[in-house]
Amino acid sequence: MSKKIKEENTTQHKLIKIKRRKPNRSRVGDFFIYIFLLLMAIAMIFPMVYAINSALKPLDELFMFPPKIFAQNPTLDNFSDLFVTMSKSWVTFSRYIFNTVFITVVGTVGHLIVASMGAFVIAKYDFPGGKTFFNIVVTALMFTGYVTQIPNYLIINALGWIDTYWSIIIPAFALPMGFFLMKQFMEGLPMSLIEAAKIDGANEWKVFTGIVMPNVKPAWLTMIIYSVQGLWNNRASMYIYSEERKTLVYALGQIQSGGIARTGQAAAVSIIVMIVPVITFILSESQILETMASSGLKD
Amino acid sequence: MKEYLKKYFILRRHNFQVAVKKAKKSKMCYLFLAPYAIIFTMFYILPVVTSIYFSFTYYNVLESPRFIGIDNYVNLILQDDIFITGIKNTFMIAIITGPLGYIMSFLFAWLINELPRWIRTIAIVVFYAPSIAGNLFVIFSVFFRGDAYGYVNAFLMNLGIIDAPILWLINPTYMLPICMVVILWMSLGSGFLAFVAGLQGIDRSQFEAGYVDGIKNRWQELWWITLPNMKPMLMFGAVMTITQSFGVCDVTMQLCGYPSTDYAARTIVTHLYDYGVTRFEMGYASAIATLLFLMMILCNKAIQSLLRRVGT
Repeated sequence: MSKKIKEENTTQHKLIKIKRRKPNRSRVGDFFIYIFLLLMAIAMIFPMVYAINSALKPLDELFMFPPKIFAQNPTLDNFSDLFVTMSKSWVTFSRYIFNTVFITVVGTVGHLIVASMGAFVIAKYDFPGGKTFFNIVVTALMFTGYVTQIPNYLIINALGWIDTYWSIIIPAFALPMGFFLMKQFMEGLPMSLIEAAKIDGANEWKVFTGIVMPNVKPAWLTMIIYSVQGLWNNRASMYIYSEERKTLVYALGQIQSGGIARTGQAAAVSIIVMIVPVITFILSESQILETMASSGLKD
Repeated sequence: MKEYLKKYFILRRHNFQVAVKKAKKSKMCYLFLAPYAIIFTMFYILPVVTSIYFSFTYYNVLESPRFIGIDNYVNLILQDDIFITGIKNTFMIAIITGPLGYIMSFLFAWLINELPRWIRTIAIVVFYAPSIAGNLFVIFSVFFRGDAYGYVNAFLMNLGIIDAPILWLINPTYMLPICMVVILWMSLGSGFLAFVAGLQGIDRSQFEAGYVDGIKNRWQELWWITLPNMKPMLMFGAVMTITQSFGVCDVTMQLCGYPSTDYAARTIVTHLYDYGVTRFEMGYASAIATLLFLMMILCNKAIQSLLRRVGT
């Protein structure tokens, strides 16, 4: 009898503890983990800090020996020089920006729709050929890109897409990585959710847009990050040769390879190229947190 | 024997008919999959199949491919010493950076997951930034400069550990370890991000239930609750890690030079790049790619069966 009361007491006690603090966490352990994380973060960020500082250094400091890690007199000269160089380019600079933004946005949106539609049926329905197809996708991920370039070129040439945006955009729709990620996430969705919607009279398309997609928002935000990162950094030098269709990264790369006189500008270029993926990343990351807090998904 | 074969064929035909019936029922599924399947077949499967075909030919890009059977493979395995060096280096890199990077990705994602919101976002950006940054890793060649002004040399000389500068990126002894450090620095990539998103999706109440059921510390919680819930992401991360750690070539090429001293930093993909892009021997390069492909598939099979045991 008393044993039972005791047991009840401990359970009560445990429940109170859950409310107060995260269970199964000791303060000492937390402390050491935070210290460890902090040290690792410093080590990880150090090269980045160095790169940002080189972009802020005036030219004489860039060539100083021994080099200093932090800029002594930080300036934005490198960036303004870069804009001067850019404005002198043969094709107006806004054109490069348009090209890259167009490719990135269309490619990402298309990838999101096409890949999640495919991933949805593979993850949630059992139909002949589905599993096999998925295995092929995962396997294809492991083939190196260098040797497929030539067959790829031949195919795009046969389609007549050489020197158009589509040569970059359409293949990006079917990136295996995003598809794979999406399928893995959708697998975790309870089937009961889909069946419930079906009983309520929703067709597959409704289930997909209304039930499945909102519930895997973290997955597609992650997918957007991958896709934007890949397309933004796409030099597109393989299929596109007209100057007015070249991407921003390509144009900036040309400035970067301008030799020693442009060292400062080159450092500024690497920061600018990096900044857009980082911003997309921060924006979607905060979105992920937002959605996860509000969704009450249970099996 | 005849009877056996007959039965076998009847069974096969039956299975096939069932499949067709099922397929007819799930028209919707095929409709959903069609756009992806068509584009994927065109731009990913077709080129891979073509490349595998090229690996049995002599193909120098200018002339049309000439079929030569398995000569490429025979040459590759029996005569190409540099390729053997490449395999050795690739395996060294893959065995060390692969598992380490994978564990690091998960560990950091897991530890970060419990931080307060804003610190969390900053921490994720900090850890993920190196892999967004493109070729920013070239900065490491400044740190590991061979003269006394390189940061690492200067630091070690000031401490009195070494008395003459070390040629970090030219001396074959140090090349691979430095490349590994840089690869590890960049290893918190796509897998890490998938883990972060996956950890967010775990139902909170499971942890509470686990606590009431007698899970005592965070490590037990990790093994019994977190990891089983993360299985799909763990699979994804594993495949990503395999492709990245076997596909190393940018880092070694840009840091240690191409070709590197004594081929000490040559990897399989560097070798492939050498033949495919520099020498235009596409047939030979495709043979290298096919071999690498087979290695990765085997490795993937092994890891998948390992991951199935997690949390049991």
